[in-house]
Amino acid sequence: MSTTVSPMPSAHKPSRLGERILACFTWAMILYTMLPIGVMVVFSFNYAPAGRIALNWLHFTFANYRDAFGIQDLTGALIHSLEVAVGSAVISSIIGTPLALALARYRFWGKSATDLVIFADIAAPAVVVGASLLSLFLALNLPRGLLTIFIAHVAFNLAFAVVVIRARVSGLDRALDRAAADLGASPWVAFWTVTFPLILPGIIGACMLCFLLSIDDLIITSFVAGQTLTFPLWVYGAVKVGMPPQVFVLSTFIFLGGMVLALVNVAVTHRREAVS
Amino acid sequence: MRRLRGKLAPYLLSLPSWVYLIVFFIIPLASMLGMALAVGDPLSGYTISDNFQEFVTGFTSYEDAFARSFWYGTASTVITLAVAYPVAYWIAFYGGRHKSTYLFLIMLPFFVSFVIRVLAWEFILSDQGFVLGPLKAIGLLPQNFHLLSTQWAVIGGLVYNSFAYYVLPLYVVLEKIDRRLVRAANDLYASPATAFMKIILPLSAPGVFAGFLLVFVTNVGDFVNAALLGGPGTYMIGNIIQDSFFENQDYPMAAALSSILMLMLMIAILLYSKAFGTEAIQEYAA
Repeated sequence: MSTTVSPMPSAHKPSRLGERILACFTWAMILYTMLPIGVMVVFSFNYAPAGRIALNWLHFTFANYRDAFGIQDLTGALIHSLEVAVGSAVISSIIGTPLALALARYRFWGKSATDLVIFADIAAPAVVVGASLLSLFLALNLPRGLLTIFIAHVAFNLAFAVVVIRARVSGLDRALDRAAADLGASPWVAFWTVTFPLILPGIIGACMLCFLLSIDDLIITSFVAGQTLTFPLWVYGAVKVGMPPQVFVLSTFIFLGGMVLALVNVAVTHRREAVS
Repeated sequence: MRRLRGKLAPYLLSLPSWVYLIVFFIIPLASMLGMALAVGDPLSGYTISDNFQEFVTGFTSYEDAFARSFWYGTASTVITLAVAYPVAYWIAFYGGRHKSTYLFLIMLPFFVSFVIRVLAWEFILSDQGFVLGPLKAIGLLPQNFHLLSTQWAVIGGLVYNSFAYYVLPLYVVLEKIDRRLVRAANDLYASPATAFMKIILPLSAPGVFAGFLLVFVTNVGDFVNAALLGGPGTYMIGNIIQDSFFENQDYPMAAALSSILMLMLMIAILLYSKAFGTEAIQEYAA
């Protein structure tokens, strides 16, 4: 890493040409991943006749942004999405942190079963998770709405929270909380004064991942939402009748918000690492 | 007392998660199986029977959709692997100081809603859109040419949405490979191709398999790409399950179809986790 020499100066040098081709391919794929995002941002500034997104470029306008929150249902759906995303991220992390600690620090009966269930929760196809939760809610006669959406989101976020936080706990030096215990701290005090601050970056990372997964989810939500709409559900429902430009405007806001959060997170972790 | 607490600690710590996962993950799966065996209708209620008819009817009448889902799932996963591997390889081996920047660029789609990404592709690929429209106008493409509602549009959408999910596990394993092994192979006069086949590819196998499993399962069960980019001829099993629940309100059929899908995928997952261990796969899932 420290040298600028070719990484493998050996009998057979990997061809410069091969590396060039790979580099070009990577950049082509990066452009490909950005294409739909670019289309979303650019077309959010396109003139929208009759309140529908046009398929072709007409002319530049700020009108869509001035009227960003003009469709009440859509704004309401976005608020639902944000509520569920924040709530399920926080609750998943609160429930998941103790399990992450248990899995990272103890050997106990049922540990491999726990691993298997966590894995199954991550790997289970969204259609099956959605259909099975709906079956339960139908059997219990629980009316579908914000509460059932929230329950479903915690159900799939929990496993992700556990995996992320566990990775952070595993990387910790156990000597630190043993030292706290030796100095007379109760487990409770040792946790809050030593362990918790150290695993906090993991918990924040888990919250962010859960937030993103939750605000993104369409498949599972579509089963358990009833008449309540989240942002992705509203968009999915509008496909047949035509898409108002506000959809692209609000998605651009979500995109920028997510980027800011991610960059702040990177900056904070870098500073933490620089300090410690 | 202290020892007892130490013994109990892991159980107390895992209790909240266990309760939640049992009530809202395991019991629902069981109640889905129950629903699949139920007879009755939404108005007069259901009774559970030992009636496996729904499974048989479900499978035989939607055999096409099952086959199509597995075909789209396999094709899209293989294509994703083929395009993600070189990218992950280049970033891991030649990314230099900017590795995390490249990864960040590849993860950008995560900040746009899934449904919006698919919608944007519907936009890009549409018959009279800003890509196909001009090409047709200057006569490069016949007027009746279309991409939407073909299977390739659906597979293309699935590939786009799984690309980043596959690059990450591949990058993690490739990044860990000790460069000295590759250099040793070169010193021993292995050609770059041999070094790749004998060292890099085997060492990156866990990432290949973990990514394959996660992408495959996600794509087989997807219905959004098929609904937005496909047409009536591209219905996947996810679309059928959705319709059975909400259009036809045939809950037992919907539950039976989801159960069949779950069982089919479970067999695949079990085979995988037997061979590679669940912890490794979990690690990559994160």
